[in-house]
This record gives sequence, C-alpha cells and structure tokens, in this order.
Amino acid sequence: MTTTTPARDVAIVAFAHAAHSEASPGTTNGVEMLAPVFAECYEQSGLDRREIDFWCSGSSDYLAGRAFSFISAIEAIGATPSIQESHVEGDAAWALFEAWLTILSGHADTALVYGFGKASASADLDATMAAQLDPYTQSPLGPGRHQLAALQARAGLDAGMWSTDDLARIAARTHGIELAEVAAARAEADPLTAFDCPPVTDGACAVILAAGDRAKEIRTTPAWIAGLGQAIDSAELGARDLTASPSVREAARQATGGAELGPIDLAELHTPYSHQEIIVRRELGLGDNVRITPSGGSLAADPMFSAGLERIGYAAKAIYDGGARRTLGHASAGPLLQHNLVALLEGRG
Amino acid sequence: MNPANRPPVEAAVLGTGQTHHTSRRLDVSMAGLCREAIDAAMADARAGWDDIDAIIIGKAPDLFEGVMMPELMMADALGAAGKPLLRVHTAGSVGGSTAIAATAHVQSGRFRRVLAVSWEKQSESNAMWALSLPVPFAAPVGAGAGGHFAPHVRSYIETSGAPLDTGAKVVVKDRRAGARNPHAHLHQPDITVEQVMAGKMLWDPIRYDETCPSSDGASAIVIGDSVAAREAESAGRGVAWIHATSMRTEAGTYSGRNHRSPRAGRDAAAALWAEAGIDDPRAEIDVAEIYVPFSWFEPMWLENLGFCDAGDGWKLVAEGATAPDGDLPVNPSGGVLSSNPIGASGMLRFAEAARQVMGRADEHQIAGARRAFGHAYGGASQYFSMWVVGAEPNEAVASLRETQDQAL
Repeated sequence: MTTTTPARDVAIVAFAHAAHSEASPGTTNGVEMLAPVFAECYEQSGLDRREIDFWCSGSSDYLAGRAFSFISAIEAIGATPSIQESHVEGDAAWALFEAWLTILSGHADTALVYGFGKASASADLDATMAAQLDPYTQSPLGPGRHQLAALQARAGLDAGMWSTDDLARIAARTHGIELAEVAAARAEADPLTAFDCPPVTDGACAVILAAGDRAKEIRTTPAWIAGLGQAIDSAELGARDLTASPSVREAARQATGGAELGPIDLAELHTPYSHQEIIVRRELGLGDNVRITPSGGSLAADPMFSAGLERIGYAAKAIYDGGARRTLGHASAGPLLQHNLVALLEGRG
Repeated sequence: MNPANRPPVEAAVLGTGQTHHTSRRLDVSMAGLCREAIDAAMADARAGWDDIDAIIIGKAPDLFEGVMMPELMMADALGAAGKPLLRVHTAGSVGGSTAIAATAHVQSGRFRRVLAVSWEKQSESNAMWALSLPVPFAAPVGAGAGGHFAPHVRSYIETSGAPLDTGAKVVVKDRRAGARNPHAHLHQPDITVEQVMAGKMLWDPIRYDETCPSSDGASAIVIGDSVAAREAESAGRGVAWIHATSMRTEAGTYSGRNHRSPRAGRDAAAALWAEAGIDDPRAEIDVAEIYVPFSWFEPMWLENLGFCDAGDGWKLVAEGATAPDGDLPVNPSGGVLSSNPIGASGMLRFAEAARQVMGRADEHQIAGARRAFGHAYGGASQYFSMWVVGAEPNEAVASLRETQDQAL
C-alpha cells in the first residue's frame, strides 16, 4: 500500500435509517424502506437528488431470494436522467469504502451510500446464511447461524478468554435489563442465550458523503473520515483461531497507516453476538474509557446488509450532533467476523 | 461535480489474464477457475503476491453458482486473506464496473497495485432459472434476455432501415475473429451469412447464431499506479494507461425512454470522451471492444456511443469498417458472441482493449493500436461502464495538470 495522504478530505454529513422492524410490509428486498430514508438525508444535508454525484449501495440477492434484486432500488432513487452508480454484494459499509475511493479519485464531490435488507422475507434464515459457507465441506452440514456463533463463544470460554458472566454483562447493558434476567434465560445455542444473539430485523439506512468545502457548507462540524480500512481473513473456520479476528487489526492498520489509533470517545461496533464485542475490542485495543455501541448495535436490532453502515452512521452522528471529537465505526461481514472494516471519524475546529 | 477534479494518481493496466472459455469446466472448482486467470494476470504483470495491496471481485448473481457471496469462502484462493477485498455486483456491466472500482483504488492514491478478478461458472447452476424468479410489480418476460431485447432490435430495424442481414454480418465477423483467439468458447472460422440467415429463429428477429453462448470462464487484471507503470515500462513491458473511466445507470423503464439508444449509455459515453479528451471517437479510437451479446447490438451501440450518427450504425457494418482490417475494428477478440462468462464478459472487453495497446493481443492484435475502448452494459440496457486506455499517458490530463500547476 502507498502512504500517500489523501488529496481530498471527505466527511459524513447526513445519516438516517428506517425504523427497525421485525417484519416490514412490502416486497422481499425491502426497497420500500429506502425512499423515506433518502428524503431524510436530503433534508439534513440540504442537497437535492440531482446534487449527488455518486451512488453506491450494499445488499444481498440471497436474502431477497432473487437475482439482481438491487436493481429495483434504482426506482427508489428516481434515476432519471442517469446517475453515476455502483453496488456491492454485502454490507453497505463496503459501499461507503467504494464511494470514498471514488471521491478521492476525483470522480465525485458528493455521494449517497445506502444499504437495505429484509431478513423477515427469508423462510429459513439459517439455510440462507449457510449458503455463505464452503459449498463442499460446510454448507451441506447446514449449521444454524446461532449454532455457528456458539462454536466461537465456546472456543473463547474454553480458552479462558471470557466467561459467561462477561457475555451476560454485555447482553444486560445492550438490552437494558438486569444481569439476573440474562442469567435465568435458557440457552438459544449453548452457551449463547437469546439475549446474546441478534434478532431478525428488516432495515435500510443511508449516509451522505461530501468532500472538502462542500462538507463545510452542509455542517458546522462534519464527521471527517480520518481513516478507512478493511481486510478479510481466511474462510477456513477449522484452521482459524476463532477467538481472534486478525482482519479487525489489519483494517485498523489500513485506516491509520500503521500509526496508533489515538484517543477514541465512542466506538460503534458491528458485533451480532455478545462475545464478538470482546473480540473486536481486544483487536482494536479499546480501553474501558471508550463508550461502546451506545446505539444498541446488532444485539438490539440487526438489519442485515445495512447494520455495518448504520454503525458508521451513528459514529458520525455522535460527532456532528453529540459533540464527540473522535469516534470509530466498525462493520463486519461473513461468518464469525471474517471480513472487517474500520472507519475513524473526527470533528475539527 | 467540478470537472477539474482529476485523479491525483495516474493508473495503468500492468497485466491481464483469462481462462479458456467453454460450456462446462468440470475439471476445476470456482476457485480453480479464478486462479487460472489470476495466475496468468500476475505473470503478465510480473507481480508477486506481496505486490498486491487489495483484491476487487466482480460477478453476476450468486444464484448462477449457488454460493452466497462466494468471495468469502474463496478468500484464500483469491489471495485476499489478510488484505482488503471488495465485491462489486452491478448486473451484466459488472466486469467493467469491477475494473473501474479497481482503477479508483489506485487513482485514490491509497493503493499501489491491485488485482481485479471476475468470473462466471454457469455450469454450476441454471442461469435461465436464476433470471426467471418473479420480480414484484414487473410483468414477467419469461423468455430470457433475448425475449427482452428482441422488440428493441425490431424497433431499431424499423427506425434505421437497416438491411435484415446486418446482424448476420456481425456474427460472421465476430465468430471468424473468435476462431483466431485460442481463449474463445466458439470457433467457427468458416461461418457464412447464408448459414446464419438459414438458422432457427429464436426471438424474431434474433436467430440462433446471433446469440452469445453460455460460458464458464474468468478474467483478471492487475492495475498499478504511475510508479509501478513506469517500472514496468523501464523493464520493457508495455502497460495500458487508463485515460478515462465512466459509469452510468438509469431506470429500466420510464415514459419516453429510448430503448434502442438509452440515455444512460449516451451520458456515460459523453463523460468518457470528455475525460479522455476525445472529440471524434471514430477517428481517435484505434480498436473497440463493445459488449455485443446479440448481434444487432453492434450497430445499436456504435450509434449510442457516438462512433457514428443515429441510424448509421448498420452502414459501418455493411462497409466492413468494424472488421479487423476496417478503420474501427470492433471485437477482434471475437467478443461476447464468441464467449460469454457473464460476470467476466465486461472485464474481458476492458482487458482485451488493454491487451491491444500493450501490444500483447497475440493472434488478434490490431497493428498500431495506440488507444482502445472497452465497454459493458447490463440490466434492461440500463447499466453502462466503459474505459479508454492508451499506450501513453492521457495527454489531455497531462496538459490540464500542467495548467493547474501553473495556476498554483
């Protein structure tokens, strides 16, 4: 990787997400949730649809149950006349990565990044997500998604890296309940209880990026992207140390260029299972003084394929609405924290 | 957007690789298929794994192979473990969009060398089934892509007055060209216009031979920054400097839409020619690789892209202008009509354009090619991606940068 300082500064200047829903009305890909979210971003930024130079989205054909399911999102934009646009198959946090590079490359000054997914449309979410595994040795076994996470949680317990009490404390904080209630819960996938696992959530979210002076025109304190990095680990679950996620560390290294992470006021972590918060915190070296995922994160609501972008959106909002100076947004994709992205955001002036 | 915003870093194609394309590659897995193209591209670029800073993946719907986001389970085989990976999916244009996303990685100044890979292994599943799942609030065509596009072709014939054998002439040109390309799926060196016209009518006016095959195949390219490109040139290896990239998308239907020549394609081309500093594409482009899955799209896209006036595309075909020995050779590789691994087809067009200006297009090299065009489209003719590459860096950019430097 080259160490060239980006020629342009880019900031997040707007963020909105649809109400988290157990079962939204509408068609299987959930595009109906997008138009109100776009409208809110236009209102926050004062930008018109025609002032967006680049559009980039993230979603999943398998979740929607059909090929090219993202094409109908074009109708939600109202892409007439034509727009400069791209799409990633995966969490929209990676669409943000593509949009950031497109702005740095000079092909856009503004971008709207969005993600959407309707998990409730899947008749069998376990079977859907098992299609993400190795098709020869793992998919045919049909492991449930919570059961797979339980293997990871168990590996950490066996290695003495966390205790069931540690998991309970995370679940209690996230759900705003007493430890005793978590302790009394029956196992969903031993050692995980329902409080340690993500709910099924339909959702959509969007952020607007703007470069340099455009960002300053929109916000007094834009959430400047101080660094953005991502990396993937091996898919060989049997060969990986499941209690670690080296790609979280590598993503942070890519974001900082190898420098220290520096002081962080708040970190929004995309950790759908309670024990994963411990892994990501450890990989990032986040101390006890860092507020962790005050939005509630994926244990409270897990809008698949937009949850990662939503974490970054909340980390940005903490800067321009909440007075935080330096925040971190994290997104994850693939089974058991395989693919990770880290966004470092800062307020200036 | 400020048109003076030029990429802070120049990018160039350092190497390309592709598999042989055929109906069923039963001898390799998806990972094995990709690795053939990757290894060839890395060798062509003289790059080792330590040189690669990021991997960019493109393919059409995962339902074509039956693995959800297969780049995840293939992370090791793709050389991506421990590195950044991005998966692009933009309908049939995806191979082109993937090359453009990879270009943006380098142009951003964040990455020195990146590897882009795209593929389709259609034999793993049934593409017709995958494309026939019902779309809410849309009338089912139920006849695949050919059924969707046939009315647009009929409309083109009616409005342009094109002779009815125009499509057959394109087929004969491309299949004979494909016969000289060892990677091509179909090799028909002796095919004639009479044979094509005598063939079975599938979707009037599209006959059997006027359609693309279903192929297994993969394409890979290595893109580097100007430092990497100059290193290669110093070592005597030609590179393909990326002069301009362009992507446009529009709704598949709207009132007044021109389905023969969609506005998104015209907008994308206008932006591309402007960035490349090209005023007269037909005179200034030496060779074009255009996404032509059904024969009639050659004349239709020639018009849409501004290589000629509206209604004149068929005349270029009739005159032989788009033949390998014409003044604007189109698809000397044999094009999509000779090989169609869907997710890779767009990148193949981009890579074949690069091979031409690098002087490494082997049997189908167009002599003296200095500037080439690569193109892909997808969806209901609503997704477009394209680039211009040259044997030298873009003069328009160089002179603009000089002006900017003076102003500073």
